[in-house]
Amino acid sequence: MLIYTAKRILLAILVSLTVSALVFSLLYLSGDPATALAGERANEADILAIKAAYGFDQPVYVQYFKWLAGAVQGEFGNSVYFRLPVIDLITERLPVTMTLGVCAMAFALLLSIPLGVLAAMYPNSLIDRAALLLAVLGQALPSFWFALMLIVVFAYWFPILPASGSDSWEHFVLPTIVLGYYATPAFMRLTRTGLLDVLSSDYVRTARAKGLRPAKVLFKHALRNAIIPVVSLAAVQFGFMLTGSIIIETVFALHGAGFLAWESISRSDFPTVQAVLLLFSWFYIILTFLADLLNAWLNPRIRVA
Amino acid sequence: MTTTLSVENLRVSIPLSAGVLHAVRGISFEVAKGETLCLVGESGCGKSLTSLALMNLLPSRAKRDADRIEFDGTDLLGVGERGMARMRGNSMAMIFQEPMTSLNPAYTIGNQLEEGIRLHKGVSAREARERAVYLLEKVGITAAASRLTQYPHQLSGGLRQRVMIAMALMCGPDLLICDEPTTALDVTIQAQILHLIKDLQREFDMAVILITHDLGVVARVADRVAVMYAGEIIESGDVAEIFSRPTHPYTQGLLNCIPVPGKTRHGERLGTIPGIVPSMIGEMAGCAFANRCSYAQDICQQHVETHTVAPNHAVRCVRAEQVRTVAAGSLA
Ligand SMILES: Nc1ncnc2c1ncn2[C@@H]1O[C@H](COP(=O)(O)OP(=O)(O)O)[C@@H](O)[C@H]1O
Ligand SMILES: [Mg+2]
Repeated sequence: MLIYTAKRILLAILVSLTVSALVFSLLYLSGDPATALAGERANEADILAIKAAYGFDQPVYVQYFKWLAGAVQGEFGNSVYFRLPVIDLITERLPVTMTLGVCAMAFALLLSIPLGVLAAMYPNSLIDRAALLLAVLGQALPSFWFALMLIVVFAYWFPILPASGSDSWEHFVLPTIVLGYYATPAFMRLTRTGLLDVLSSDYVRTARAKGLRPAKVLFKHALRNAIIPVVSLAAVQFGFMLTGSIIIETVFALHGAGFLAWESISRSDFPTVQAVLLLFSWFYIILTFLADLLNAWLNPRIRVA
Repeated sequence: MTTTLSVENLRVSIPLSAGVLHAVRGISFEVAKGETLCLVGESGCGKSLTSLALMNLLPSRAKRDADRIEFDGTDLLGVGERGMARMRGNSMAMIFQEPMTSLNPAYTIGNQLEEGIRLHKGVSAREARERAVYLLEKVGITAAASRLTQYPHQLSGGLRQRVMIAMALMCGPDLLICDEPTTALDVTIQAQILHLIKDLQREFDMAVILITHDLGVVARVADRVAVMYAGEIIESGDVAEIFSRPTHPYTQGLLNCIPVPGKTRHGERLGTIPGIVPSMIGEMAGCAFANRCSYAQDICQQHVETHTVAPNHAVRCVRAEQVRTVAAGSLA
């Protein structure tokens, strides 16, 4: 388990570095950043001044390492728009995004795992078909459209929930449903197929031959093995949810880091965009790493690898 | 001898798209305390479904029917699923053909050994562990106590099958069903496992149903034999009787297929039974073996009753008497 963990950590670090280089190079994707910053009416001298101020006159790799060195210390420079340290902006907004992410994930798991279990226990039954329908719908509806529908129904026709803002828990209900719902089909189908597989396995037959109660067979012997792929997927999906939060937070005007990223993109506030993207990716990498560890713990066969 | 299990007219059918598969077609047998009954037959003849039917562990779409299944004086047809669950792993236990996949990869050997006895006998964790260590030693596993914390993937196939045997014995069952327990193992390990089962049977005085397609195994461990063909028992009796005076043409064919030490010369071709097993979908009139049988006549297309040809020897063949005389003649 120790060697396994060490290997995973090394891998995570390598991936983080690669991702940071990609995020950094985004800066140059849309042309010279100094020119963009200086604005349309700037002259040559202004651009040179900006280059010097932001360090754009230095070689790219020097810029990158400076930026990276700052990033690992939580130092991302100042927002071009707010003229405030980027890190302060993010730490102020992050709790909203995290709350949304955790709620959406909990919502997705609490909805999909029981449905997946029921669908696997009664394959081709009514419940199985209903769950399948839900999954198909989930993959077909565009998220912004679904969000707007929810707003129309629950904030407009039946005004029981607020449509925008992030002041109370009620503001999180609709975003949670929209964001969580998108992860539901994948979780549900993975639970269903995994469990169907495991339920016809030899060791489940052994467990039944021992005279164990059906609930014990299901939860102890079957579900634990069936859930392993769901754990890996949950980490991946959480990363997707962070990305998704950019859209969802924007639609619901939820003042989280996703909304900040969207605002900053439209304001060409590149230090902020870079910081949000980098933090989201690092967070994603850490999650995947933790999922690997959890997987190894759930599945003893991986531990030696 | 007290009868541990007696089965009358057991049938198992599975609805398939092509029709109803009658995989077990009305078989009857008994096993007494301390006795080993070998169910022998080619693969696909319904042996596994028979054993699963006894435990009521058939796949969900398979249907079980019987006139009577009596175990330890209890009518199994009337006890319901809860009653069956109380007996499974407790008074009747089973070992499977696939030792590699029959243990749960997520839990330690100890955990899997102990959960049954804790449920059925309500013993403490410590008592369960002591019993587990005792039985692991009994099945010939060294360093038994330290095995308890190991996971299945850390054990070889032979060891896993020993663990499965120990697990089956945890609650001291009256009946042990072994479905091809050695088929997936190396030849040398096969012999050890068979020995082990035989020894444990004597020690714990259990009734054992051992399922196999290997007559060599039968010769080594059986007290009584039931030969299955296409879902039916076509011949049954004491092992010595069956081996010395096989009566059903199918049994004779099977016996011609195994090498006899001293008789079969090295490199000599063993006999094979020509023809193929009939489809078990739909009802079957007459003898299922008739299409492959060299003794077959028109009468074989009619319904066949099982009848006794000698004490403790029953055959399902209309021409049994003639076959016996011909066979006796050819032996002389
Ligand atoms: N779950 C199942 N679904 C459909 N057919 C099955 C199933 N299990 C067994 N059978 C069929 O029933 C017959 C008997 O199977 P089985 O009892 O496993 O044979 P054996 O153990 O003697 O090799 C075979 O023809 C097999 O194909
Ligand atoms: Mg079988």
